[in-house]
Amino acid sequence: MDLINLTIHELRDLIRNREVSSEEIVKSFFSRIEEVEDKVGSFITLTKEKALEDARRIDKKIKEDITSLSDLAGIPVGIKDNIVTEGIKTTCGSRILENFIPPYDATVVKKLKLNGAIIVGKTNMDEFAMGSSTENSTFKITKNPWDLNRVPGGSSGGSAAAVSASEVPYALGSSTGGSIRQPAAFCGVVGLKPTYGLVSRYGLVAFASSFDQIGPLTKDVEDCAIVLNSIVGFDKKDSTSVDNDSIDYTKALIKDIRGLKIALPKEYFDNRIDSKIKEKVLDAVKTLEKLGAKIDYVSLPHTEYALATYYTLASSEASSNLAKFDGVRYGKRAKNYNGVEELIVKTRTEGFGDEVKRRIMIGTYFLSSSHYSEYYKKAQKVRTLIIRDFEKVFNEFDVIISPTTPTLPYKIGEKKEKFISMYLSDILTVSANIAGIPAITIPCSYIDDLPVGMQILGKAFGEEDILSVAYTYEKNSNFQRRAPKIKEGIKNGI
Amino acid sequence: MAYKTVIGLEIHAELLTKTKIFCSCLAEFGKEVNTHCCPVCLGFPGALPVLNKKVVEYCIRAGLALKCEISNKSRMDRKNYFYPDLVKGYQITQYSNPLCKNGYIKINTKDGDKKIRIKRIHIEEDTGKSVYDEKGNILLDYNRSGVPLIEIVTYPDMNSPEEARIFLEKLKAILQYIEVSDCKMEEGSLRCDININVIDEETGIKSTITEVKNLNSFKAAVKAMEFEEKRHIELLEQGKNTLKETRRWDENRNETVVMRVKETVEDYRYFPEPDLVYIEVDENWIKNIKENLPELPEDKKERFIRDYNLPEYDAKVLTSSKKLADFFEETVKISNNPKQVSNWLMGDILGWLNVKNMDISEIKFTYKEFADLLELINEGKISNNIGKKVLKIMFEEGKNPKIIVKEKGLLQMSNASELERIVDKIMEENKQSVEDYKKGKEKVLGFLIGQVMKATKGKANPQLVNKIILEKLRQ
Ligand SMILES: [Zn+2]
Repeated sequence: MDLINLTIHELRDLIRNREVSSEEIVKSFFSRIEEVEDKVGSFITLTKEKALEDARRIDKKIKEDITSLSDLAGIPVGIKDNIVTEGIKTTCGSRILENFIPPYDATVVKKLKLNGAIIVGKTNMDEFAMGSSTENSTFKITKNPWDLNRVPGGSSGGSAAAVSASEVPYALGSSTGGSIRQPAAFCGVVGLKPTYGLVSRYGLVAFASSFDQIGPLTKDVEDCAIVLNSIVGFDKKDSTSVDNDSIDYTKALIKDIRGLKIALPKEYFDNRIDSKIKEKVLDAVKTLEKLGAKIDYVSLPHTEYALATYYTLASSEASSNLAKFDGVRYGKRAKNYNGVEELIVKTRTEGFGDEVKRRIMIGTYFLSSSHYSEYYKKAQKVRTLIIRDFEKVFNEFDVIISPTTPTLPYKIGEKKEKFISMYLSDILTVSANIAGIPAITIPCSYIDDLPVGMQILGKAFGEEDILSVAYTYEKNSNFQRRAPKIKEGIKNGI
Repeated sequence: MAYKTVIGLEIHAELLTKTKIFCSCLAEFGKEVNTHCCPVCLGFPGALPVLNKKVVEYCIRAGLALKCEISNKSRMDRKNYFYPDLVKGYQITQYSNPLCKNGYIKINTKDGDKKIRIKRIHIEEDTGKSVYDEKGNILLDYNRSGVPLIEIVTYPDMNSPEEARIFLEKLKAILQYIEVSDCKMEEGSLRCDININVIDEETGIKSTITEVKNLNSFKAAVKAMEFEEKRHIELLEQGKNTLKETRRWDENRNETVVMRVKETVEDYRYFPEPDLVYIEVDENWIKNIKENLPELPEDKKERFIRDYNLPEYDAKVLTSSKKLADFFEETVKISNNPKQVSNWLMGDILGWLNVKNMDISEIKFTYKEFADLLELINEGKISNNIGKKVLKIMFEEGKNPKIIVKEKGLLQMSNASELERIVDKIMEENKQSVEDYKKGKEKVLGFLIGQVMKATKGKANPQLVNKIILEKLRQ
């Protein structure tokens, strides 16, 4: 049986019917990893021995009692390397945390473990989640499984590529400005950024606290609902988390969208977006219309300020969040220094990559007392306006649909030094993070054998709405679950 | 020339909460280094702060006791700077929107009552502690990292070191009364920064404000202020001005020394702490805290004057510390003689505490045992003087006075026939004195009584001895 191409729910059913053991599943995925990891490079750390041990333990449990089994029990998962895992290296893709082994688990990891999930490793990412291509990792460049010359997107590129390449059935990523949806779209998988506060951030190494959110990357929408079910919930260790865990998101997976009102923001279909992508997304919207949804164009007038607002606020928060990496308590410490100040300066100079330094510097500038009002404060005000834009639309519409990315996955190295142009790849995704609303991307077509993502946004805590639209589309189209052929003999690296 | 001194204070008080401000680690002082630490208070990657509700409550309590307005909605901010004992690269504090604002303390100065206005009281976290070893290495103890603090900032309303001292003592008493801080300066739970300058009242020329940091005793604070006051005046008299600088008090040199000259304002890049939600305080909560506020020193003083008929001076001394006031009241409940209790407390007990550099809370005996001592005196079982000796033993050994008196055989001799025998013997040995008395030298009486007391090692009941001798002399 070819286990690696199955979804969580398919694997779950096999386990429940005792047709396959967790150990067999984990072994299959590790042999897939051994087969393709060299080419794709999704992982920073693999934990094979521990995973097999955990699988055997779960199998024992399954033998004893199958009734209390969670949907995720015995099924492998990849965890983005900015989510801390007790006893497993958590590097954030950075030299500065190269050898950091956290003494505790993130709340989401704790929840997954309670559900019997098997962690196979930590996935590659742009350093501290800063970047949109996973080229900013200190350790390796992850390749897009659809074309190994292209980027997988970022910053959860390792997670997206791992799911796309069937190295894991699902993975966790994190999103600050689009870091789940953008790589999911580039790699042709499903990616969800939940409402801010729905999933605990405890244990997620902060990039920009008021934007960050953890979310799943999966093969299909049903899996996405399953994973969401197990990671949501109020966490007393995160005071920004909310109590909303009585909902079963798999109940939202119905195919009836008759009367549903879909808004198409004209700013999300403007000339910055690849016209072929627009066309494919509008085709998908037509499918939904045929199924009974009502479509109308709307305006989100402050969209043009979203990217500037995002980079101002996120960099400001990042400059402060990353100050803890000073070489004093953990992680890398510079070898030769005179005095404390030099220790801190040298450690940070040696430990951080260019993109991280760039953001720390602009964030420090934005927060400095002489520029605070001009930038940070103004950006806060624009943030409020963007939130109001969405509230207005959601007074009349159930969901908003747009492309997920303005372009198809681009070539590795193409935008590495053109960081403004790379920032633009988040243009369609940042607004949801600014407003804290949920958004999902699902594959809706392929152009030249490269996937196209459709983004569905909902109102705050409207995960059920977007899941039901995504599910309906998925069930009424034939684009989902196409697997990339990972070509042999491709030029590896750049 | 006349100079006016201007002093403003910033006081950090560590709160008496059981746990730290953002995690459940114990906030206790004096534990083995780096044992009360977790990912949150060590600022580990991924860890998030969650505000301890008690901290908010304690800050409101302090705010109410210091007559502040309480903000219904406030928030925490980040203050960014690098320092090895600062775990996150920023300190979580309140900046633009403190929980308490615009209060005051009334102090009693030689020029009458005066209001010292309080600008703000805000919540913040303490940092870790750096210790330097002989080789100059910095060793870090993070037990204190995340211990909750309130910072109380005054307006520059104090015009002499003496006023500042009165203010600090009163503030300390209030914080102790409402039980938000133990204010133990030697343990660092009360620290104070001073902003000071002087103004030439004729020319209006001001010296530049100097900041003296981290004074850890009232004595040092007063000395530092006196030193600075003099330094500022001397410089102005020479036509010079002070520099904008931060200084510290050097205990050994008995002077302030420069820590750093402030050429530019330090930029802490404050911004709202995004990991925490707004602090919302509803009126009911404030009302509830207000209703449960204990009696404050000023009210207690008035009550002591009224209910115990004490002189104002006594009432003021006794209510200067809640523990002292409690000790007084508990003792009075048993011994029922307020003025006597007050005399002993203000005299011998405070005297001994002072000598031994102890706090009333560290005393080895209980108020019950103190009441027992007074009972022994009042019942005539021991004299006042023996009482003082017994008290000294109580201070040292913490024993019950009844046991002390018994063990040391200090019980007063009030047996008339026994005393008569001793008096006879003394009179026999001092015939000349007896003769002198009869010739009208009445002073001799005192000498004879003294001889009896000496013979009985002070145990004889002096009144009775007096009576017996007089009777015998008149015979
Ligand atoms: Zn702690």
